[in-house]
Amino acid sequence: MTAEAAAMVQEAATPESQQVLTFTLGAESYGVDILRVQEIRGWTSVTRIPQAPEHVLGVLNLRGSIVPIIDLRRRFGIGEAAFTPLTVIIVLLVELPGGRREFGLVVDGVSDVVDITAANMKPPPEIGGRVDGDFLKGLATVAEAMVILLDVDTLISKEVALVAVEEHEH
Amino acid sequence: MSFDLDQFHEAFFEESFEAIDGMEAALLKLDVGAPAPDLINTIFRTAHSIKGGSGMFGFNEIMSFTHTLETLLDELRSGNMDLKQSSIDLLLKSVDVLKDMLHAVQNKTGVDAQVVSDIQFELELVVVQGRKGGSAATAAPEAPPSPAGASQPEQVEEMTTWHIGFEPDPGFLQQGNDLFGIFAALQALGSLSVELDAGDLPDLEALDPQDCRLRWQLELQADASRDRIEEVFAWVADDCRLSIEPVSAAPETATVASSNAETVVAPVTSLPPEPPKPVAAVAEESTRMAAGSDATSIRVSIEKIDELLNTVGEVVITQSMLTQMGEGMEGPVSERLRSGLSQLERHVRELQESVMRIRMLPISFVFSRFPRLVRDLSQQLGKKIELKMTGEQTELDKTVLERVGDPLVHLVRNALDHGIESAERRVASGKPAAGTVHLNAYHKGGAIIIEVSDDGAGLDRDRILAKAREKGLIGADEVIAEDAIVDLMFLPGFSTAEKTTDVSGRGVGMDVVRRNITELGGYIDVTSTPGRGSRFTINLPLTLAIVDGQSVAVGSETYIVPLVTIVESLQLGRGTSNRLVGQGEVFSFRGEYVPIVRLHELFDVAPRARELHEGLIMVVEGDGRKVGLFVDDLLGQQQVVIKSLETNYGRIGGISGATILGEGTVALILDVPGLIRLAADHLAAA
Repeated sequence: MTAEAAAMVQEAATPESQQVLTFTLGAESYGVDILRVQEIRGWTSVTRIPQAPEHVLGVLNLRGSIVPIIDLRRRFGIGEAAFTPLTVIIVLLVELPGGRREFGLVVDGVSDVVDITAANMKPPPEIGGRVDGDFLKGLATVAEAMVILLDVDTLISKEVALVAVEEHEH
Repeated sequence: MSFDLDQFHEAFFEESFEAIDGMEAALLKLDVGAPAPDLINTIFRTAHSIKGGSGMFGFNEIMSFTHTLETLLDELRSGNMDLKQSSIDLLLKSVDVLKDMLHAVQNKTGVDAQVVSDIQFELELVVVQGRKGGSAATAAPEAPPSPAGASQPEQVEEMTTWHIGFEPDPGFLQQGNDLFGIFAALQALGSLSVELDAGDLPDLEALDPQDCRLRWQLELQADASRDRIEEVFAWVADDCRLSIEPVSAAPETATVASSNAETVVAPVTSLPPEPPKPVAAVAEESTRMAAGSDATSIRVSIEKIDELLNTVGEVVITQSMLTQMGEGMEGPVSERLRSGLSQLERHVRELQESVMRIRMLPISFVFSRFPRLVRDLSQQLGKKIELKMTGEQTELDKTVLERVGDPLVHLVRNALDHGIESAERRVASGKPAAGTVHLNAYHKGGAIIIEVSDDGAGLDRDRILAKAREKGLIGADEVIAEDAIVDLMFLPGFSTAEKTTDVSGRGVGMDVVRRNITELGGYIDVTSTPGRGSRFTINLPLTLAIVDGQSVAVGSETYIVPLVTIVESLQLGRGTSNRLVGQGEVFSFRGEYVPIVRLHELFDVAPRARELHEGLIMVVEGDGRKVGLFVDDLLGQQQVVIKSLETNYGRIGGISGATILGEGTVALILDVPGLIRLAADHLAAA
């Protein structure tokens, strides 16, 4: 994160606006609430987990905590991430009914930190695609480009539910 | 002022339950003939402090009950009453009732009022009947005490006159000490007379107003103990000279008392007879004692300790990373760096051990429930049984401790019910009428061994064999080695009890005992000699936070296999395995056919070794079943710190947790029984 971006984080977000970390995935730009971002780190190889869903790549050691890593490309059904030293993992803290959990998302690259006002945010249209859309918080326009805002809690709660189903089967 | 008491409730309950356990233990130690006075005192004090606490929090039923209990104990303590076996029984029953009442209040549920009042009545009856001499006739049963009885304990303490010599150091006021507060607190204890000695006051020109040059002689007439008075001075004990002496007779002979401190300005010449030096010594001693008694232990939540343990685990990993880096260094500095690193390693290990030790508790926490259990059960079964316990101070991890209790209870119940014979049968076979159950614990290597042995009839091998055949656990003509027969009773679905008794036949078999022990990473063995008794030996790791593991490689992945599950590792030659229909591959291992589980297939990893002769077979055992794990290579043995995968992810079949290796990568720890189940499912699905 650049010093400039860090300074922007320092600014208090007004209720109508929030600060969002944007990243790219394929041709699209996505955003997550900056307050949920624990750290951004480069790709290192992970330890695979048996019987995990395909998009769960494995686990990493993050300062002593064992954190699952999700390939967001596979999760969204747009191919798979190319693992180069430039591949980035965004580590998020999510709030689930069962408590706080840490998860890592593999994305193509981190772009910027931007302010998004409530007026600027549109609800997502009904998308009939292969990815169920209720973890989409909304769509925002930043510098005339569309940013898809993700609700990380919902996104990750689905992961946890998936693991719970696997567990049930065994 | 509203004041939230809830935060103190939990501490009260915790302390009360601990105190009750102590009370029970003391009761069981009491001899009917000659009760040890200090034991009765201990029991009395416990009842007294529970009464005080419950009164303070307004738990009036508990207070009233403990008051009655205390009355009986007081009679015993003062020797007004002889201790009978029936009184001990009654006291034990009251301890149970008290425990129930506390539980009820804690969980905000009701308690059977009838039981409480019955026991309370019985206690009162015993007090009245038991009083020695003529008083028994005249004393009416004490009315159930009203809440007003709360002030009773203070009245037990007699009115005493205390002489207090108080000489603040010159810097007393600069320390921010509150002189007036001390006098006010003393006044609250009883009637206080104050005498000021301003003899050391310098001339006005030389006076530093910030120095305290005044001394006081105080007379306190109160029903307070020395402790209560010392408590008032507890904060200032370092900044003054203090002497507290009881005035035995005629307290008002020599003192010119004045009731109002502020009005006395005139210097008083009369000084106390004691020379100043001993006074200081007394003060010092009393402060040291006070400090010693309340600083011996503190309560810390287990989360805080776990957090600390976690951090120390991180330090261990960082340290081993540094050591690896240091080994690759060259040049003049590297030698010093390496010696520094090895020193660091030693300190870190010590640190880790000390932190682990914080979580360790003596096994007496579990053993302490057995005297009562054995006493009650042997009465119920009509057998004479003595309980012997050794090694109660052996320490083990709190989590292991909490989870080993139930299996042990089960083993002890079994020993009492099935192991020890009736007195007649014992005498007939030339043994003492009273059977013995022995609980023993000791450390051996990195493990704790707990033994439950009895001198009963021993295990009936023929019956076990017959039962196993009947239940279809083994084939009708299958021959089982003599030693292996006793192991049959650990199989699921096995229970020898012909009739289910309330003592041991509660639908929980030995298989559950074994499963509980295996879940803790331990194992259980049994040896038995017909006519001489049997011995169950439980071997448990000292802690659940670390495990001794063998690292194995499969493709690019590293897995940790807990050392306790490994039977043997071997390499198979070509053509030494067979494929069975519906069973997958098997190989012959010490006279039995053991299925092969290819770990890479189960976990879907690309292996380096695909043919059996290229890799290694590690024979592991879980839940009484053996399998041969096929892996690429063995890497090394090490102690690993166990991390939970469930914190951020979830449970994974065949995996019990994860650990962080020296280079900072994550390795998964295999759960062998789970892995065997998983392999069976896998095979069934294929």
